[in-house]
Amino acid sequence: MLDTLLPILIFCALAVMVLGAWRRLSLWRQGRPSPVPLIRGLAAMPRRYLVDLHHVVERDRYMSKTHVATAGGFVLAALLMIIVHGFGLHNRILGFALLGATVLMFVGALFVAKRRRNPPARLSTGAWNRLPKSLLMFSASFFVVTLPVAGVIPADMGGWVVALILLIGVAWGVSEMFLGMTWGGPMKHAFAGALHLAWHRRAERFGGGRSTGLKALDLDQPNAVMGVEKPTDFTWNQLLGFDACVQCGKCEAVCPAFAAGQPLNPKKLIQDMVIGLAGGDDASFAGSPYPGVPLGEHGGGPHQPIVSQEGKGLVGADTLWSCTTCRACVEECPMMIEHVDAIVDMRRHLTLEQGSTPNKGADVLDNLIATDNPGGFDPGGRLNWAADLNLPLMSEKKQADVLFWVGDGAFDMRNQRTLRAFVSVLKAAGVDFAVLGLEERDSGDVARRLGDEATFQGLAKRNIASLSKYHFNTIVTCDPHSLHVLKNEYGELGGNYDVRHHSTYLGELIANQRLNLGQHKGGSVTYHDPCYLGRYNGEYDAPRNVLKAIGIEVKEMERSGFRSRCCGGGGGAPITDIPGKQRIPDMRMDDIKETGAELVAVGCPQCTAMFEGVVEPRPYVKDIAELVADVLIEAPVPQRSATRSDAMEVH
Amino acid sequence: MMPHELLKVVALVSVGAHPVTGRPRRAEQDARAVELGLCLAGKHLHLLHAGDAESEALRGYLGMGLAEMTVLQQPLHADILPALGSYLGATDAQLVLTGSQAEIGEGSGMLPYLLAEQLDWPLVVGLAEVESVKGGVAQVLQALPRGQRRRLQVRLPFVASVDSAAPKARQSAFGPAQRGQLQSQKVAVVEDMLLSEASMQTARPRPKRLKVIKAKTGAERMRAATAKASAGGKVLTDITPEQGAEAIFALLKEEKVLR
Repeated sequence: MLDTLLPILIFCALAVMVLGAWRRLSLWRQGRPSPVPLIRGLAAMPRRYLVDLHHVVERDRYMSKTHVATAGGFVLAALLMIIVHGFGLHNRILGFALLGATVLMFVGALFVAKRRRNPPARLSTGAWNRLPKSLLMFSASFFVVTLPVAGVIPADMGGWVVALILLIGVAWGVSEMFLGMTWGGPMKHAFAGALHLAWHRRAERFGGGRSTGLKALDLDQPNAVMGVEKPTDFTWNQLLGFDACVQCGKCEAVCPAFAAGQPLNPKKLIQDMVIGLAGGDDASFAGSPYPGVPLGEHGGGPHQPIVSQEGKGLVGADTLWSCTTCRACVEECPMMIEHVDAIVDMRRHLTLEQGSTPNKGADVLDNLIATDNPGGFDPGGRLNWAADLNLPLMSEKKQADVLFWVGDGAFDMRNQRTLRAFVSVLKAAGVDFAVLGLEERDSGDVARRLGDEATFQGLAKRNIASLSKYHFNTIVTCDPHSLHVLKNEYGELGGNYDVRHHSTYLGELIANQRLNLGQHKGGSVTYHDPCYLGRYNGEYDAPRNVLKAIGIEVKEMERSGFRSRCCGGGGGAPITDIPGKQRIPDMRMDDIKETGAELVAVGCPQCTAMFEGVVEPRPYVKDIAELVADVLIEAPVPQRSATRSDAMEVH
Repeated sequence: MMPHELLKVVALVSVGAHPVTGRPRRAEQDARAVELGLCLAGKHLHLLHAGDAESEALRGYLGMGLAEMTVLQQPLHADILPALGSYLGATDAQLVLTGSQAEIGEGSGMLPYLLAEQLDWPLVVGLAEVESVKGGVAQVLQALPRGQRRRLQVRLPFVASVDSAAPKARQSAFGPAQRGQLQSQKVAVVEDMLLSEASMQTARPRPKRLKVIKAKTGAERMRAATAKASAGGKVLTDITPEQGAEAIFALLKEEKVLR
């Protein structure tokens, strides 16, 4: 009886699965076009899955091993099952292979079930708690129905009652594993995830690359709606990416806004986009809600506005404005989903079309338009901090080895100390450098993160025009936000530069023995990785090497390096200022205090400002440039002239 | 007050200049006039500008959520008053909103007065809020110094100027600003006689009377800060014009205005 029913069951399930796949594809295709190489992407997919994705999953050894066993066992079992039971190829060796695959899958599923017994808060429950049972059911039933094929037991053993029970088990397993894959069960992640990897909008991320710059918006089509208003305004492969989410909540666990009690949970946001894709409401979401926002009140559809001015909409605007764009969620996501891109896309609509940037957002954007700096300061005062330093100007020198990009910290009295410290180091090392002076403008970072692509592109184009007038080898800046924008986002607008953070450059000066440095004499020191230097640009070593060179042994925080927690200063978050239960810099300062360090070394004006805003008593906050300048011995370095002529030959 | 769709509201707008950099922008007070107009008439608010339709800064007003603006084409040094007056006289406008003073050009602040005079309509200075419009009469709040408000009943149509007491203008969005239409109209150009013969000079800051703080206690300082500006002086009644003139002359001598 099973021999007749099994093939029917399997092929029916496969047919319904294909139907579901077609429906899912047509849901994604509602999105805007996005050119990706379809065939080459599919060809690259196995490698992306086995190498790049596994590399991320491998950070959690338990889960990576469990997944290898379960998924590997399942894929093998599914293929063999179709051959053996579907086509009725009752080969003994195939039978044993199928038995092996189901055992492997069963063992993996046991570990999945174990993880689900006392799940951490970040995991979703609901249908996801059903999954281990379905996995066990699938592997166990196919194990038993395959036993006769392998010749372990006779084919007619057990009678029709056992056959019926087995059939129910097989049906359950097959529906979860095959129908659920394309009709929206937990297994959807396998189907959508595989295609998401194949057609990812940032293919450069695979193979160890880095792709963090936001993609430019075409402003020359005034009749198109700018940014993302409805789910269908996302590109089709962004929609596909949302569907790949496994609701593991790794993003939720690292999100600084979620931890601070602001109404954002990256996992819920992605799930809300999935709801928007298919239509419905969030009542059945089985994970942590946005802090302070009850479930069941929000809903939407593919052609309805995501943020509704009247009524509830799919997500509230506060959710989108809570993000600090720290990219911790993207870094953690095992499915390589791009949360920050999606958030900025939706912010673009709110700013460019609705004109509803919250709190000080509108003022800051107006200032950027009128004065080229977010504070509304007179642009003529941009070089006042260096009135007594006699800085070489690009407009006079026309060429220099290093262009020192000062950034908007020039208007901030705290940051001026950092800038002056860095200039003293540059002078001591005899670096051939110059500044743009009054020709420099805000890099456009804040405008872009606030969704004002028009102001960003305006600033960027004028900066690129200024830079194109002069000859230089490297841009060096003390601001990781300027670094990121100049290095990763100006390229699309025609400005390609070699840009380095001051810590990187200091490291090079030290390595080339162009600095005569003493040893740090103060208390213990910890180091905070700025998001825009670390996760955005992969620079984790240079700041630590510089600190090591001046005799500092960094007392590392638990969350450092690529897991560093945001200071709360990025993405315009201090400007939009969405209330939460606590402040993000306070939480980070607690991390710093935990190390017992008396001083925290930083490399970003935003981080400095956020940390110095934490009430005392707390560790001192000093920029790396200040720490180096403190131990600078201003005696001529013997081989300086020689090194200098070496450097000049590079021209 | 809810948007009043039947009320025909026109907001007069000009090109402004940022106080720090002087870059063209939407003028601060005019934007407040547009904000008030949007609250009153919603999308039916009519924007009117006399000047150059090519000014990109005008789009700042369209970015507040309006689809179009009428621009009466005028050269730089023309007297725009006759053009505005005849245009408004020919429409069925019931309320004309303006800022108090332009940010560029003459900036005399005279436009609302001269316009009201030309149209023979009442003028409300420092409009803060329109409370209701019933039977051709509007009940409005006029802003006075120190946060005071005066309730007025004005018959339609009327001209009203707003200052910084009116609600702050909403953010201007790039998308609607780019999509909005500047509808240019050719109208008669009248040369500004005054401008053609007078010469411009940069304004100097006005002299200010120094405030000598005599208060010794906090309470006194508080009283001084919150008290009405006391006029002092005396009221002269039942005197001849000559006596009055002499009294004024004596005061001006005393205040060292005349020497």
